[in-house]
Amino acid sequence: MKSTSALPPLALLVSGCSGAQSVLNAEGHAAIELKALILGIIFVCAVVWLLVTIALVLALVRRRDRNDGAISERKAAAVVSGAVGATVLVITGLTIASFYTTRALSEAPGPELTIDVTAQQWWWRFTYGGSNSADAFATANELHIPVGKVVRLRLRSSDVIHSFWVPSLAGKQDLIPGRENTLTLRAERPGVYRGQCAEFCGLQHSHMALFVIAEAQADYERWAERQRGPVAEPTEAEAVAGKAAFMAKQCAACHTIRGTRASGTTGPDLTHIASRRTIAAGLLENTRGSLAAWIADPQTLKPGTHMPLVPLTSDELRQLAVYMEGLE
Amino acid sequence: MTEDRKQSPLMDDRLDDAELERHLLQSWQTPGGIWKALATVDHKTIARRYIVTAFVFLILGGLLAVAMRIQLAQPEARILDPDRYNQIFTMHGSTMMFLFAVPVMEAMAIYLVPLMVGTRNIAFPRLNAFSYWIILAGGLLLWISFALDAAPDVGWFAYVPLSGPEYGSGKRADIWAQMITFTELSALAVAVEIVVTVFKQRAPGMSLDRIPLLVWSMLVMAFIVIMAMPAIMFASSTLILDRLVETQFYNPAAGGDALLWQHVFWFFGHPEVYIIFLPAAGMVSTIVATFSRRAIFGYLPLVMAFIATGILAFGLWVHHMFVVGLPRLGESFFTASSMAIAVPAGIQVFCWLATLWLGRPVFATPLLFVIGFIVTFVIGGLTGVMVASVPFDTQVHDTYFVVAHFHYVLVGGAVFPLLGAIYYWFPKMTGRMMSERLGRWAFGLIFLGFNLTFFPMHILGLLGMPRRVYTYQPDLPWGGLNLFISLSALLLVSGFLVFFIDVLRAWRSGLPAGPNPWKAATLEWATSSPPPAYNFRRIPVVDACDPLWMHPEELAVTAGLRVDRRELIVSSVVEALPEARESSPRDSIWPFWAAIATSIMLIGSIFTPWAVVWGAIPVAVTLIGWFWPKGTAEDAS
Repeated sequence: MKSTSALPPLALLVSGCSGAQSVLNAEGHAAIELKALILGIIFVCAVVWLLVTIALVLALVRRRDRNDGAISERKAAAVVSGAVGATVLVITGLTIASFYTTRALSEAPGPELTIDVTAQQWWWRFTYGGSNSADAFATANELHIPVGKVVRLRLRSSDVIHSFWVPSLAGKQDLIPGRENTLTLRAERPGVYRGQCAEFCGLQHSHMALFVIAEAQADYERWAERQRGPVAEPTEAEAVAGKAAFMAKQCAACHTIRGTRASGTTGPDLTHIASRRTIAAGLLENTRGSLAAWIADPQTLKPGTHMPLVPLTSDELRQLAVYMEGLE
Repeated sequence: MTEDRKQSPLMDDRLDDAELERHLLQSWQTPGGIWKALATVDHKTIARRYIVTAFVFLILGGLLAVAMRIQLAQPEARILDPDRYNQIFTMHGSTMMFLFAVPVMEAMAIYLVPLMVGTRNIAFPRLNAFSYWIILAGGLLLWISFALDAAPDVGWFAYVPLSGPEYGSGKRADIWAQMITFTELSALAVAVEIVVTVFKQRAPGMSLDRIPLLVWSMLVMAFIVIMAMPAIMFASSTLILDRLVETQFYNPAAGGDALLWQHVFWFFGHPEVYIIFLPAAGMVSTIVATFSRRAIFGYLPLVMAFIATGILAFGLWVHHMFVVGLPRLGESFFTASSMAIAVPAGIQVFCWLATLWLGRPVFATPLLFVIGFIVTFVIGGLTGVMVASVPFDTQVHDTYFVVAHFHYVLVGGAVFPLLGAIYYWFPKMTGRMMSERLGRWAFGLIFLGFNLTFFPMHILGLLGMPRRVYTYQPDLPWGGLNLFISLSALLLVSGFLVFFIDVLRAWRSGLPAGPNPWKAATLEWATSSPPPAYNFRRIPVVDACDPLWMHPEELAVTAGLRVDRRELIVSSVVEALPEARESSPRDSIWPFWAAIATSIMLIGSIFTPWAVVWGAIPVAVTLIGWFWPKGTAEDAS
């Protein structure tokens, strides 16, 4: 199970992660509607610009008769009035088109799945199954959703304002402290869609990415089942030592690994960290090497991150990385 | 008019031209010397200082942009660290908006409005002097903090809670907020001066329908300033209160609201765009008419469009907040109002096109910049229509698409006309001509460099690149465009370099301009270049929109003003009928001291609330000095 179910999404990541964060690469219900509207408005505006520019060029270079004074003044008044009238028509048309798109987007049927999204400097927490339910589990920077299902995101922030934006799926929506916003997603095709924070939120605003993995219902359920379960006890000697180091050092104060003493909530839940494609909010690919590098010196890789530099021996560092790698 | 005969004042009607000039110079000219220079209240001297200062800030802000483009030229570059980068983009935006764009437009008004309405000095000239020292102090505060690596790093709109007490470390956000206070103060002062000058000091006969369009645009701009600045004053003051004395305006945990900040900021912030754009529209109207060799087409529709823009400007601030989660109905209203402002903008563009069509265009440098303006501003206006649509905006908000949009509006829509205006009025201000050859080069390089730099940003935004990122990862498909943009920026910089070289060259050794080198129609060209301290030997009488075209030989003038003291004509608001002779304040060093005292109080209050209490004492002392009665007789009226 370990290798077979992890492979296809990884292949998707390699092929689909670059270029997937684009308004023009629309794969979600909302993004497809928006792309049509956006291209339509751009087309209309391009035509308007072209007409104005042609009028400008003609005004500058046209051949001038000696005495076309009063008559052309009257003609000009008529043309200008006509142009203003046309402006009103175009503007009204675009406003109506915009209203209809908004209405189409808000007419989505009730949600089949609700996920809580909490943004903080500078990563994303996704909580499935409500916070109190026994089935609940949390993951970080990687949102799995079933294709074709209406997914409602409850958006909250625990510090400053952030903005959830996965352009291939939907428009953005801010996460504001003291408020709750919602955003509805429906992926039309399976794939890995990149998103990132779109509201300036401090030092590492640039490195606050997330991936939405849209997969078939069965794959999604398999994934959720595994996430919900506890993590297997390490057996390898290095991993056992890594777990001991994790519990002994500051790590456990900020991170949760379900089934262990580690139950901190400041940092990402690490129960199934090995199942994720990236670490540090999309900054690094999730490999043993990058895990070790990240633990060894987070401030160089992501200056300002709230992950502190924990003094470790090189043995402890290796053991920790091995332990993390085993948290499937 | 009654006169105080006891003093037997020296009147201008008894003097020949040479005598008159001698007496006027004696009354109006500021003598040499440093202290006298600090005390001058001549609107032209102060405006020149303002313009030079604003352009220095343009250069500084431009250098910051270059630094950002170097950092973004390649993915994951480590030339600037995130802290420095965040300071730089905050400084760039704040400098360009608050220390360049608004002040330079006000400065053009300070220089041109009194000349164009035919008066001898701006209303409240000492307040004018004060306003300059204040904005200079605000600019120095911001830039000294940057030199000390303690500059604001929260963006030019400083959203809470990032800029609030919990997340905004050190004094950075306080420095930003207090810099805003300085610029508000200065802008409000200038706005009041402009309104009073336009309403009460116009030359006899310059009824409302004969006011030059530039003056109309400056008048509307001044009213927008008066209505919009209090909102930002509330915002910056409450932010400082939250940070300094623990009020909770913006803290949701204590019943405050983070969105309140966005509402008050953008209630100011959107009209701000029109504070910058309307003066530019006035400049365009002026230049188009002069170089089409005919009166502007559609004077009345243009004035109405300016006023409509000024009013609508206050009804669309929410389009900066389309993704914060407001009720749908509210969003729809603001979509409609944001779209509607395209109508007055369209009226303006069509009237300028009609003027060019009907006229016989002369392709001098100022007109080239106006042509460049029309091409780029229309793009900025149309992308403005795009982001006015809520659904459209949810995909491009806070991306490089928006960065492209507002640079098209602000650079294309305001800086192009401003550069044209500098070429146009430089001869008036200095008495020397700038070079047509260098002017064409500057225009060509700036126009090309600007479009190559900013047009691709639209595409970057659609490709998903958010704004305000100090870097991006190599696997994102943005590297090529970013490199292209950074290289194009060099072209833009070289264009500005040519412009500044031309300015310096012309200032030292440009050809003499003469009073009216462009054969223009408005009153500022009815006096020598540069104008004497008293502006006009005798105040002209106006009977047309284009007085110098109607009366190319000689303007009718008034008589009856005293020349042994500073005196000007006060006229009625609508018809500009002369109502009174009013004395105009003499030079005074007190506005300078008052500005220093105010600056000490404002800067001190970044650190302790007690600065407001103790700092008020020197401010009071300097104001008493400023307003101390001089024992002169009541103004004759």
